[in-house]
Amino acid sequence: MLSPADLDTLWLTFKVASLSTFLLLLIGTPIAWWLARTQSPAKGFINALVSLPLVLPPTVLGFYLLILMGPNGALGKLTNALDLGALSFTFTGLVIASVLYSIPFVVQPLQSAFNSIAQQTLEAAATLRASPLNTFLSVVLPLSKSGFLTAGILGFTHTVGEFGVVLMIGGNIPDKTRVVSVQIYNHVEALEYTQAHWLAGCLLAFSFSVLLVLYTVLKTPPQVQQLK
Amino acid sequence: MTLKISRLALIAFGLILNSSMVRADSTLVAVASNFTKPMTEIAESFEQATGHSAKLSFGSTGKFVSQIQNGGPFEVLLAADETGPALLEKEGFVVSGTRNTYAIGKLVLWSATPGYVDAEGKILKTGSFKHISLADPKLAPYGAAAVDYLTKQGLLEKTQPLMVLGENISQTQQFISTGNAELGFIALSQVIENGKIASGSGYIIPTHEYATIRQGTALLKNGAENPAAIALLAYLKSAPALAIIEKYGYDLAK
Repeated sequence: MLSPADLDTLWLTFKVASLSTFLLLLIGTPIAWWLARTQSPAKGFINALVSLPLVLPPTVLGFYLLILMGPNGALGKLTNALDLGALSFTFTGLVIASVLYSIPFVVQPLQSAFNSIAQQTLEAAATLRASPLNTFLSVVLPLSKSGFLTAGILGFTHTVGEFGVVLMIGGNIPDKTRVVSVQIYNHVEALEYTQAHWLAGCLLAFSFSVLLVLYTVLKTPPQVQQLK
Repeated sequence: MTLKISRLALIAFGLILNSSMVRADSTLVAVASNFTKPMTEIAESFEQATGHSAKLSFGSTGKFVSQIQNGGPFEVLLAADETGPALLEKEGFVVSGTRNTYAIGKLVLWSATPGYVDAEGKILKTGSFKHISLADPKLAPYGAAAVDYLTKQGLLEKTQPLMVLGENISQTQQFISTGNAELGFIALSQVIENGKIASGSGYIIPTHEYATIRQGTALLKNGAENPAAIALLAYLKSAPALAIIEKYGYDLAK
C-alpha cells in the first residue's frame, strides 16, 4: 500500500505541477501569441530558445540552476539581496525549474492554435471596433480552446514526469522537494520494490488516463511539432 | 582469386594473433562514489602492473545492488558497506568466499568556505547555517554514519529540519562545494590531498563517535571466469593498492 510518506510526495507533486501549469499558461500565452503573429527577425531566436528544454538533457538545466541559485550565482545573489534566501532546495526553486523545463510543452500547442486563426478573422473583429483585448477574449480564446486544454494537460503531465532537474537542485526534502519521481527512485535504490511498484503503478495509470482522455474525448492528439 | 585467398589468410592470421598472443582482459567494476578517487588511481596502477584493464562505474551502493539483482553486467563490486555484498551473496550473485573488507571509511564535516568549520566541529552546536548536507541515510552508509554521529551528539533534532539529502556522497559534496549548503558530511577521501584537507575547512570526526564504515568488495558471478576481475580483487590486497587506499585517508581492515 501507499505509505503516508508516499502520499505526501503525490500531494507535493500535484502542488508543484498545478502551480507550474498555472504560471506556464500565464507566461506562455503572450509568448505563443507573439510567436504566432510576429514578422520580427527575432522570431527564430525566441523559438529556438523556448524549444531548448525539448532537446537539452535535464542535467544541463539542473547544473546551471544549481550554480545560478547558489549563493555565488547571479540569481542567488539577487534573492539574498532581497532577503529571500537561496532558491535551491526550496519549493519555489522547484516551481521555477519546472516552468523552465516544461515551457515548450505549453508554448508550442498554443502557438499552433494561434497560427490556425486566420488574419481576416482578427481584422473582421477590428472593423467591428473590438479592442485588441476584447478580440483576444471573445474571438481568440474560444477558437483556441482545445489548444489551451492540450497545453495545460501537457504542461501538467510533463511537470509530474520531471526527474533529473529535481534530483539535482531539490535535495530530497520531505514536503518541499521530494516529488513522486524522486521517491520512486529512492524506493528502488533502497530495494523497497513493493512500495516502488505502488507508486510507479499510480503514475502509469494516471498518465495513461490523461492521454486516453486527450486522444478519445478531445480527439486532438497532443503533438510537440516542428514549427514553421 | 589468389589475392582474395591470401587476404583471407591474413585476416585469419590476425584473428589468431589477437586471441592467442594478447592476453589482456577487461573487467567492469561497480564502485561506490566515496571510493572514486582512490579507485581511479588503483585502476591505473593495476593496468600497468598486470596489463589487464578495469572499466569503472561510479554510483551509490544501493543503486548498484539493485542493478546487479536485475542483470547488471558488473563483475566486481566495491561497495560502501558490507550489507550490500552480503545481500547479493545470499541471493546467489556473488562467487562464494570472495567477500572481503577493503577499506574502513572516515567521515568528515566539511565546508567549502575556509575557516568555517572549526577543529572540533563546534559549528554544529553554535552555527546558524541554513542547510546541512548529507547522503540519504537510507541509501548511503556515509549518510547513516552522519545520522549516527548527530544522534550521539544530541544534535539530530536541531539539524533535521536543515538537512538536504544527496542521492550519493558525490552529490552531497556537490551541494556543499557550490555553496548551496553551507556545510555537510562527506567522505574524507573526497577532500584529502597529501594527508590533509585540501580546500575549504573540515573536521575529521573521530572514528569511535559513529558506527564503523566497513566497505566490502566481492567477485560477482558475471566475472567468475574473467581473469581480469579475479586479478583486480587480488590486486586490491597488494601493497601498492593498500598504499593508495591509506593515502586517501582510509583505515585498513585488520
